[in-house]
Amino acid sequence: MTKIKNVGILGAGKVGIVLAQLALKAGYHVRISGSGSVEKIAMTIETLVPGATPATNQGVVAKSDLIILAIPLSRYKNIKSKLLKGKLVIDAMNYWWETDGIREEVLDPSSTSSEQVQKYFNKSTVVKTFNHMGYHNLQEEAKPAGAENRKALFVTGDSKEAVDEVAEFVDTMGFDTVVHYDIADGIMTEPGSELFGASLTKADLQNVIDHFDETDFGKKIKAEEQG
Amino acid sequence: MSMVDVDKLQFGLETFGDIVSAEDGELLTAGQSIRQIVKEGQLADKLGVDVFGVGEHHRPDYSVSSPEIVLGSIASVTEHIKLATAVTVLSSDDPVRVYERFATLEGLSEGRAQVMLGRGSFTESFPLFGYDLTDYDDLFNEKLEMYSQLIKEKPITWHGKFTQSLKDQDVYPKTDYNGIETYIGIGGSPESIIRTARYGYKVILAIIGGQADRFVPYLNLYKKAAEKYNMPVQPVAVHSHGFIADDEDEAVEVAWKNIKANFDRIGLTRGWAPMSREQFDGETKVGSFYVGNPEHVAQRMARTINLMNLGRFDLVYGAGNQTAAQRERMIELYGTKVIPRVKEILSEEG
Repeated sequence: MTKIKNVGILGAGKVGIVLAQLALKAGYHVRISGSGSVEKIAMTIETLVPGATPATNQGVVAKSDLIILAIPLSRYKNIKSKLLKGKLVIDAMNYWWETDGIREEVLDPSSTSSEQVQKYFNKSTVVKTFNHMGYHNLQEEAKPAGAENRKALFVTGDSKEAVDEVAEFVDTMGFDTVVHYDIADGIMTEPGSELFGASLTKADLQNVIDHFDETDFGKKIKAEEQG
Repeated sequence: MSMVDVDKLQFGLETFGDIVSAEDGELLTAGQSIRQIVKEGQLADKLGVDVFGVGEHHRPDYSVSSPEIVLGSIASVTEHIKLATAVTVLSSDDPVRVYERFATLEGLSEGRAQVMLGRGSFTESFPLFGYDLTDYDDLFNEKLEMYSQLIKEKPITWHGKFTQSLKDQDVYPKTDYNGIETYIGIGGSPESIIRTARYGYKVILAIIGGQADRFVPYLNLYKKAAEKYNMPVQPVAVHSHGFIADDEDEAVEVAWKNIKANFDRIGLTRGWAPMSREQFDGETKVGSFYVGNPEHVAQRMARTINLMNLGRFDLVYGAGNQTAAQRERMIELYGTKVIPRVKEILSEEG
């Protein structure tokens, strides 16, 4: 297991900037890229995340131990799959119809968004997290380990080693974690689920995850699976 | 020490045109709700509120899809209050029509029209007017550029991709005053801040969740961008939701019921979880809901205005299905108690 020192963030929007701020505060070296040129985001990064380095996608990826995808889901295929080859990747994205358009045009209806992201970046290890809490809650709720009423994030992926490493990273960013070892379980925190937009403590998050099949959203997903 | 210029500070009220509830809990019609807004605009003017804003929505839970018509009606029964949209969804509108409607309102109101342009946080207007949401950014960029040409009130030549092309064509009516005052409504995208600074328009930040503090760095970004593009740094406005009643507990309970209902109904279509009481209480204590008795709301508004050195604060009222009496009392308290108290607090600090 490599010790994470350099964090790379693809996406300089609301979520990308908040994650960059948290990572910087946690002591990581942070590189971040936007959709346009480096020059285009330079002033934003220098002002909102002083200390982080604006870079191109290539520049971010080459020097980072961990890559966070914080771009609109409809645009993940704009990043070449091989660019992230061999990397540990956090998928912080969700399908969001207001920015992504019609779901069927972005996602295959037969599987979850993170399964499709993992399938596309097939030479990378994808872990889903940071996706279900609102960006301003992420910013305001980050607290040191052991703090009272600390909030938790759900972390899931197919590789146990990667999930555990990301869970450790999430802890340094200011959150407890509830982990699963199945990327398809990302559905439990997608828009429409009881957890999307909710900020819960570890015990409360664990409780909802453990009883996912009994939630309205869980029942709906099950019914669709049984089709 | 407060840097805020209290004499120049502006206070606004905005409504999205939520359907009003009768005393027995039955909902009024859209028409009745619209007429209630006109009455409220008149009341706000009488109380000396500086700006009255009306939103544009295309949904069953809101009564106003054509704010300029409502503002036109308010113009005819008011004298001083500025009449604003909150916001005009420029991306799905026709910039020529936007110019024409606001130039008309400008004439009707003797120079009190104000447009707030936005990309919109609701998206119903896109399919309704035949636009594709995937063009969200490009639509706004192009239409903002076209709008900027149009408000010069000179013949324009324009090559449009999403808009009509024009050859040396003029737009009417011309305005008698200093042109149409333009704000850009911003939800927190750094790109929007920089774009607004580049055009030299005024910024109104929609702070609808979380602490105002996190927007302070955005103000620095706005200043830096204005300097870079050699544009003036204009006073910044903020828009946040609130509810005021004489009694603190009553205010909190009415707001909890109504804001939650409103938030949860929108959440159903967007997929976010229902609002928890913890979340609501956080918003009213340190976040972006200005809820409580006049003293509590005044203290919290003064803190935000001071923290961000604002030139204007707009309180969004009427969320959910409030009664006409609740809405009118809130406006009275805002005009007679909250505004003077905020000024007093800020003067003491100065």
